[in-house]
Amino acid sequence: MHRGAKLYVVDPRRTSSARWAHAWLGLDVGSDIALANAMAREILDAGLQHDAFIARATMGFDKYQDCVAPYTLEEGERLTGVPASLIRQLAHDYARASRAQLCWTLGITEHHNAVDNVLALINLALLTGHVGRYGSGVNPLRGQNNVQGGGDMGALPNKLPGFQDVEDGALRSKFERAWKASIPPKKGWHLTGMFEAMERGELRNVYIIGENPAQSEADVQRAMHLLEGLDQLVVQDLIMTRTAEMAHVVLPAAASWCETEGTVTNSERRVQRVRKAMEPPAEARDDLAILVELARRLGHDWGHPTAEEVWDELRSLSPMHAGMSYRRLDTMGGIQWPCPDENHAGTQFLHARLWEEPVKGPRALFSVVEFEPPVDTLTEEFPIRLTTGRRLDSFNTGVQTRAFASPLRRGETLDISPEDGARYGVAEDEVVRVTSRRGSVVVPVRYDAGLRPGLAFMTLHFPDEVETNRLTIEANDPKSGTAEFKASAIRIDRLDSGSAGRRDKEWISA
Amino acid sequence: MKPATPSSMIEITLDTIRREVPHQFTLLQACRSAGIEVPTLCFLDGMTPASACRICMVEVEGSRVLVPACSRQVERGMVVRTDSERVRLARRMVMEFLASSVDLSLAPGAQEYVNRYGARPERYGSKDLPAPATVAQPVKVDNDLYVRDLSRCILCYRCVDACGEEAQNTFAISVAGRGFDARIATEFDRPLPDSACVFCGNCIGVCPTGALIFKSEHEMRRDGSWDESRQTQTDTICPYCGVGCALTLHVQDNRIVKATSPQDHTVTGGHLCIKGRFGWQFVQAPEK
Amino acid sequence: MDLRLSTARESAAEREAVDALLGAEDREASNNPGRDLLLPALLAVQSRAGWVSEGALNYICRRLDVAPADAYGVAGFYRMLSLTPRPPAMAYVCEDLVCRLKGSEDLCLELERRLGPPTQPHRPGNSPWQRSACLGQCDRAPAVLVTRAGVDPEQLSMLETNPSQVLTAVEGRSLSPPPGTDRKIPQLDQKALRLLRRVGRVDPSSLSDYCKHGGYRALPHALHLGPEGVLREVATSGLLGRGGAAFPTARKWEAVANAKAKTHYLVCNADESEPGTFKDRVLLEEDPFALVEAMAVSAFATGCEHGYVYIRGEYPLAAERLAIAVAQARANGFLGARILGSEFAFDLEIRQGAGAYICNSLEGYRGEPRTKPPFPVISGLFRKPTVINNVETLANIPDIVLEGGKAFASLGTKDSTGTRLFCLSGCVRRPGLYEVPLGTTLGALLDMAGSVPEGRTLLAVLLGGAAGSFVGPEDLALPLSFEGTRAAGTSLGSGAVMVFDDTVNPKELMLRLAAFFREESCGQCVPCRVGTVRQEEVLQRILRGEKGSRKQEDLALLSEISQAMRDASICGLGQTAASAIQSGLARFGDLPAEGKR
Repeated sequence: MHRGAKLYVVDPRRTSSARWAHAWLGLDVGSDIALANAMAREILDAGLQHDAFIARATMGFDKYQDCVAPYTLEEGERLTGVPASLIRQLAHDYARASRAQLCWTLGITEHHNAVDNVLALINLALLTGHVGRYGSGVNPLRGQNNVQGGGDMGALPNKLPGFQDVEDGALRSKFERAWKASIPPKKGWHLTGMFEAMERGELRNVYIIGENPAQSEADVQRAMHLLEGLDQLVVQDLIMTRTAEMAHVVLPAAASWCETEGTVTNSERRVQRVRKAMEPPAEARDDLAILVELARRLGHDWGHPTAEEVWDELRSLSPMHAGMSYRRLDTMGGIQWPCPDENHAGTQFLHARLWEEPVKGPRALFSVVEFEPPVDTLTEEFPIRLTTGRRLDSFNTGVQTRAFASPLRRGETLDISPEDGARYGVAEDEVVRVTSRRGSVVVPVRYDAGLRPGLAFMTLHFPDEVETNRLTIEANDPKSGTAEFKASAIRIDRLDSGSAGRRDKEWISA
Repeated sequence: MKPATPSSMIEITLDTIRREVPHQFTLLQACRSAGIEVPTLCFLDGMTPASACRICMVEVEGSRVLVPACSRQVERGMVVRTDSERVRLARRMVMEFLASSVDLSLAPGAQEYVNRYGARPERYGSKDLPAPATVAQPVKVDNDLYVRDLSRCILCYRCVDACGEEAQNTFAISVAGRGFDARIATEFDRPLPDSACVFCGNCIGVCPTGALIFKSEHEMRRDGSWDESRQTQTDTICPYCGVGCALTLHVQDNRIVKATSPQDHTVTGGHLCIKGRFGWQFVQAPEK
Repeated sequence: MDLRLSTARESAAEREAVDALLGAEDREASNNPGRDLLLPALLAVQSRAGWVSEGALNYICRRLDVAPADAYGVAGFYRMLSLTPRPPAMAYVCEDLVCRLKGSEDLCLELERRLGPPTQPHRPGNSPWQRSACLGQCDRAPAVLVTRAGVDPEQLSMLETNPSQVLTAVEGRSLSPPPGTDRKIPQLDQKALRLLRRVGRVDPSSLSDYCKHGGYRALPHALHLGPEGVLREVATSGLLGRGGAAFPTARKWEAVANAKAKTHYLVCNADESEPGTFKDRVLLEEDPFALVEAMAVSAFATGCEHGYVYIRGEYPLAAERLAIAVAQARANGFLGARILGSEFAFDLEIRQGAGAYICNSLEGYRGEPRTKPPFPVISGLFRKPTVINNVETLANIPDIVLEGGKAFASLGTKDSTGTRLFCLSGCVRRPGLYEVPLGTTLGALLDMAGSVPEGRTLLAVLLGGAAGSFVGPEDLALPLSFEGTRAAGTSLGSGAVMVFDDTVNPKELMLRLAAFFREESCGQCVPCRVGTVRQEEVLQRILRGEKGSRKQEDLALLSEISQAMRDASICGLGQTAASAIQSGLARFGDLPAEGKR
């Protein structure tokens, strides 16, 4: 920004980033595809698309062009609430920029059509050639230190480490030979699929490592109910979470980032070393030791591998990690995959092949995606759109961050615009009842001028005080399994007597 | 910095020895590349030089006054003396001025310069002379994460720059007041929790004198339990978001006592956010 | 940016004052007015409300998109701004060298008796007066500046004043100039004056009177000569800057004229604040059109589209008259687009100063100096190539253009061409502003001013202001030229010539000089921030003379402090903060501790 970059912020809320931006596009929650398609139509109308790139490196452009044709600027404004002139401005600046990136976080992915949202953005990058070049690209910003690494290591229902497809026989047999064991040939369930399987009674035993679904799941009452009904629940965690409290067996774990050795992978695919800085508490063991011990009791002697030995095995099986020895990770300050051999410096950005003539490998595919409003519709009974998210000083369900005394922390609030405060007659700090089609909570009100009328915001950081996920909807994206945390329909009710419910009084979640 | 091509090298004379250096070098870079040590206090690699402390002054032939090595770019044919009598006097006086007005006890680098240059701060006041003016003042403790002990502040501007354009862009603090009364402050000296501060602690990360210090460290030092000989420092990665900031954990008696971030780290150059800087308590929380 | 403002809100009056400057707030507008309006906005609130409240600061921050901590740091830097409540009327009493000789301490004593102790700058206080450094009125000492905040804010310089006048001013409803403040120069009857030729003879508010007296002949001629022609004449003239540094004007101009970066700025430094100096004020008050014309010529030669006059906040009359001149010049095609029907466009803005360094102040930052290089001709105002010239320097330009550089160079000495303004004050019979050819001896200049009063003898002359040095009765043959003073180990500096006779206690002078530098230090660099404090402390120790055994050690210490400040400070203030004191110690060091009054 200080060096002349332009920043556009597309967010239903006028966030801190939005205040720094050249322009803020305050769109209605869940209208991202309409915005992206309207931008595409405008880019095409103005002839700003990258014809040579489209012709050489992409497929499916004609169908895409037909798909976005109805999304005129006016239609875009109608569907998103963003003025047509701003959509046009962003479309033109994005298309004309010599380098441009689209970065996003959960506002794109916590929707019932999460993957479509992402595809709509990828379409824009393909349309303008803003991909596969230094400074350009599409960039999902990860919310946890190892979201990327978890997937890279095969913690996905359909992938073996290094994004190798479990249903690909040749790849699977490579792993089977190395592991001297057979691997189920079918992909498994993702998180949402597991809960559905619990509901159907097909999944009766669950082993959870480092996750707190009893508080983090959308429609959390249902999640609790399903976890309670299991034959056996095993939880491995470093903190006695709500989920751990429900478990039949708790395996106390060391903190992976400071009490054990290993690696994590950040948003830019940089694999970095985490190191043991201190001893874990007496009963806790590191994840690797627990897994090895579990295997031993199940009749498999895996020995006592070090983290580095496990990593070297991974390198022998995952070509994109092959060049990343611990020694190189130490001296190079981390390496970005793919890094196929020990002379390779790592890869700063992906998809450069799309600029080769002719393109090596498959062309990039335009996807036909249509706008679909959020599942939880706004009605007279539930007139307010609730979106959930995070605050700077807190992390997810708060089990880690509640341990430090942040001066920024205010506890859970229902953030609404001052206009809605007046409209519903609720004052700041007044404790109100918030109800969705799934449940209700009581929570104090806070005014936020960065919210537009009709939009409310809550976090999920304080589930012990306010269980926000009682309100959210378990409307899942069929492709990714993500729930639509970003869009619930709610109403606000004042508590009975006028004097009831100042936030300084005792109050509990209903 | 990438290696300079021969055409962009220029010749200068450093302490009577001619050397070729890249033309974009500062005198400080030139000296360091030649193995000549030049003292610095306000300068920090990766930040724009403030040229405020004046400890790095060197003598350049033809210049009426000494010049700050940290910010002056080399010029063809420059003849530089880094350890002349004039240079040593200026450095000694800078250290006398600082040591007589500021508490440097948590600034080992500065103390080393006091000794190296033979500064005698007691010349400005001792038992038989009126006490010299100092910046001594009560420690500001207004939150649970870090304290401001401005009796230790040498006004190097690093924290202001790190809070501002050089890193955080929060602009919660500025230099206020003027002259000897100049000090680092929030608007109207409001407590930090009422200010724009986002508690990233990047100001602590760049403070060279312990004026900005973790509350945990401040308290342990006060009760005498801070013991660096019992501490280890281990580099790891922050447990929170996907940025992947490097953390150096300072551990004493198997407890994390503070977190810093290496300034040469690729991802954020030593800067963190509130969670990375302060959010590690959970691994040693009683409930764990 | 993401501003976090407290809940304090501006009052209607504060909002009005800011809106009068910035226009009404338009929350939908995407562009904020520039940050460079921060100081003007703060001054607008100060002169309307008498101080800058938290609410007012918040409003300014919101309008200009400046963080409140940042703006607070800026506001707290400048002495004319207060961040705590003040009475609407404030008297700023000069306590500097010359006013001291003329009874300012008695004035202060009386004010203290009547009004209580003075308010300290930057500290809470509701006393309606405070002490001030030199107000640039040394020829009419003692001087007091009175400001009255309100809808129609007033500022008045009270000269040769007394306690009852000051009390009337701060207690009355409005300010009216006391009688007897006509401003005639001592050389009024002399014909050969150049810089002062119109002073006291023309109506300074009348463009036509200016033209009748030779005005606006240089600008058309400059347009005829072309930029290169003007640069050539200025180079031939050998003109050296009159602000104090004596840098060749032509070299500055050529550097900016040749600078490739787009947008060049011209800044006139009218922030005259060297104690004992008032020449620029007189030029601005009595011949403001000449500056406007000279700036247009300079801008034409150097390719500047925009100019600023940064005028000292303590010069209300000068600012008022210059504003009239700028408006009339603009209305008559001497400023603006297509000046005199040519392609040349240039306009200028007047910015009221509040003390200190120009580029940072004009851009809305704390008045701290910048590290040089880069020099302003490469990276000055808004990091663009910038000509910065002093008022007197620019005042020479019209004659150089009209008569040619050669004619100018024939005046003065070979290396110090032209005439020079000298500000005579202190113990002389006819204090005031004098114009003489460079090279005139100090004795001749003192004679023109009538020398010391009857029955007294000359003790010393402080040449060049606080940044200068003392010379003595043995130096009357000293030629007042750049090279002559340099050879004698002194300098002309800003042209201040403060004369002291044998009734003056030199130790008081030195202590005041030390206090001046401590107060003026901006605080940015260690040598000046701490050095000026230590210098004053050690000087007090020496002059108190209690511990004679330490005196030699302390003198050695002072000399080391002096060398460190000179060698290692960022700017000229710190570099010269010991010069007058060192020369004074050399001259007066052996006087007994209790000097006579």
